[in-house]
Amino acid sequence: MLDLLAPFFKDLYARTGLNFIVFYDPYEFGRLLNGAAISAQLIVWSLLLSLVIGIVGAWVQSSQSAVLRGVVNAYIQAFRNTPPMIQLLFFYFGLGAFTPTVDMGGYSQPLISSFTWAVLSLGIFGGAFNVEIFRAGLQAVPHAMLEAAESLCFSRWQTYRYVTLPLAFRISLPALTNNLISLAKTSSLAYVISVPEMTYVLSQVWSDNINVPEMMLLLFAFYLAAVWIIGAMLHWLERRLALPGYGQ
Amino acid sequence: MSARSTFGRAFVLSALAVACLTQGAAAADERLKEILDRGVLRVGVQGAQKPWSFRAPDGAMQGIEVDLGKEVADKLGVKFEPVIITSANRMQFLQQKKIDLILGGMYDTAERRKIVGIIEPAYWTSGPTLLAKKGTIKDWKDVTGKPVCAKQGVNYNKLVETKFHATVVAFPGNTEGKEALRSGKCVAWLFDDVSIMADLEDAAWADYEMPVPVLLSNPWAAAVPIEDLDKGWGVFMTGMAYRWQASGKLLELAKKWKVQAAPWFQEQHEKLRWDDGYLTPKN
Repeated sequence: MLDLLAPFFKDLYARTGLNFIVFYDPYEFGRLLNGAAISAQLIVWSLLLSLVIGIVGAWVQSSQSAVLRGVVNAYIQAFRNTPPMIQLLFFYFGLGAFTPTVDMGGYSQPLISSFTWAVLSLGIFGGAFNVEIFRAGLQAVPHAMLEAAESLCFSRWQTYRYVTLPLAFRISLPALTNNLISLAKTSSLAYVISVPEMTYVLSQVWSDNINVPEMMLLLFAFYLAAVWIIGAMLHWLERRLALPGYGQ
Repeated sequence: MSARSTFGRAFVLSALAVACLTQGAAAADERLKEILDRGVLRVGVQGAQKPWSFRAPDGAMQGIEVDLGKEVADKLGVKFEPVIITSANRMQFLQQKKIDLILGGMYDTAERRKIVGIIEPAYWTSGPTLLAKKGTIKDWKDVTGKPVCAKQGVNYNKLVETKFHATVVAFPGNTEGKEALRSGKCVAWLFDDVSIMADLEDAAWADYEMPVPVLLSNPWAAAVPIEDLDKGWGVFMTGMAYRWQASGKLLELAKKWKVQAAPWFQEQHEKLRWDDGYLTPKN
């Protein structure tokens, strides 16, 4: 791969001074691939975690127990109203100090790595929004629809499984797409707790080689592509699930 | 009528635009004049690098580089305004004219000379070394395969990765990096010897040591925008930098801020001091 790219980018540097060193230097190329892989994993895992939290949270919010509802509301307030970067630092340095570690002689291998902390922190941050999005979706299902289900002798669970949930999910999708895209972009903040994702890697590359504009451009393109992929997938899902005559 | 007023407005707007442009061009031509007119000298300094520039308990910036920056402002008769920069953004700040001068612990390198106007002579020197818990590291080779905390945007991070195959875990600031060392997230903190020496003065780091020699010794230089290097501003700063060495100001500052001055300082001081022995007749 690098053999194919290298001559072109070396030539580009020689001719125009545009130094895309990550495409011709094997060491920097390795760093770039690593950064892209870490970023992709970080995005995928934190999106999945935020979805799970969102679904469970929305379900708990409609529960009978006032205590459970209070807990979920407190969680939403705490994590929607604090900056994600502060949350990352809080999890990594604040809670990280109390988690068990394995002594490796001179340093200790924490059971929760900076990457895991980033996934947890971002997932919890995005999840707080997802809870509200799913809750809004559940509440937007018309009451008449539920009455119709009841009149067809659906049990409570059947109504939830076959009527409420499928409709609520469709109603939530556009807002969910927005939030997931926003969360994918927020993943770039993980550099503050030294997760070697794309922003971290490229900022080190541009510091070493003083090619800031080129690497900024690459970073910009990377997030544009990542967000485009997530958006395309969710829009495909939206079209796939569209009900004729419903919300169109 | 409406056509005429539109034309009139367009004319005023373009006249304004031209005025702005020419003003911008004049400012770009003569930065020294711009600083004097503004009455403020904006100096990029590191935010938390003891004892070069760090906050006093009252929030004001203090330290060796702050003292040097203040002296420059005093000589010009303008107000001193410290601007906090990081290793990763300082040259961009200078290029974008957000600051007039970097006094931010910056190594003088061939790559950097292409981007910013490096002032000769240099005003300090240092090299990368390690801060580690006593007894854990004896040699540079001891970091092979282990996590080493560092600062993002520092140019020797790569050297330690390629030469000793350590895993560099870099943080945006010194404080976070050292906190990571303290909480055992890495085996050592990779940074300049001078900064580590200052840390070791602090009782909080009593269990730690600087176990290995510096990897290399690199002078730190002040920097001005590259287009100003050979104009009034760059020449003025060269004079300041020369006097810092020749007058022994840097040795004084080292003493004031309790930094152990490397032999380099005495050498430079003697080399750059003008020999005025001819003024006193020999016999």
